[in-house]
Amino acid sequence: MANDVKIRGKITDGVATVKSLMVHPMETGTRRDADGNLIPAHYIEKVAAYKNDQEVLTADWGASISKNPFLSFRVKNAAPGDVIRITWVDNTGATGAGEAVLK
Amino acid sequence: MALNRRKWITSMATAGAAVLLPLRLLADTAAAFKAADANTALKQLFGDLPVEESTAIEFKIPDIAENGAVVPVTVSTDMPGVRNISIVVDENPNPLSASFNISPEAFADVSTRVKMGNSSVVHAYVRTADKVYTTSKEVKVTIGGCGG
Repeated sequence: MANDVKIRGKITDGVATVKSLMVHPMETGTRRDADGNLIPAHYIEKVAAYKNDQEVLTADWGASISKNPFLSFRVKNAAPGDVIRITWVDNTGATGAGEAVLK
Repeated sequence: MALNRRKWITSMATAGAAVLLPLRLLADTAAAFKAADANTALKQLFGDLPVEESTAIEFKIPDIAENGAVVPVTVSTDMPGVRNISIVVDENPNPLSASFNISPEAFADVSTRVKMGNSSVVHAYVRTADKVYTTSKEVKVTIGGCGG
């Protein structure tokens, strides 16, 4: 699935370090195609991260986040079996999501 | 009784407006991302909160970015009560790149990758309850990331 968020999490002393990758063109809206036509802006605007359905981090992004965005953060009070879930919404309303079980 | 109820409704409406108004003045994230200059973006993001330089922010970004399309950035701090971390690239068409809301369940430690069209000063902002702390770094870009 193209809209999957790939997530890796590692627990050290109760702290989960979460790394995630999203698949998205992150078009700024200022680039032109080969014929000189503007390529419309298409980028992720909002990201939310959850630990077992509790929101731990949200992000607002502009078009200047790199293509196929990378996001890493650290979660407190993490235990093996906790589920990390990340969702995104882009400026066209498209969504993506992914989850990973912490080990 | 009817009069009392009307009074009550009016007072509640006024109180509601009074609560909403400062919030609106304080933060308009969508507008902040559309702002074409860094100062406007900051005003819309943080309102009138005082902004202070700080050495307590760890700001990792390369001095020289060979590829402006992918510039890795990490902002972290041990400060307590951090609510938001934001990244601003002065020379980008829309300087505000990312704004992270940190819950008490997460550390003030985020990493991502940003695009940079040109060499620019890049700022990290860390917002606590009543203050904004900042640090900045100059990043040289050899190949821009916003061209075709």
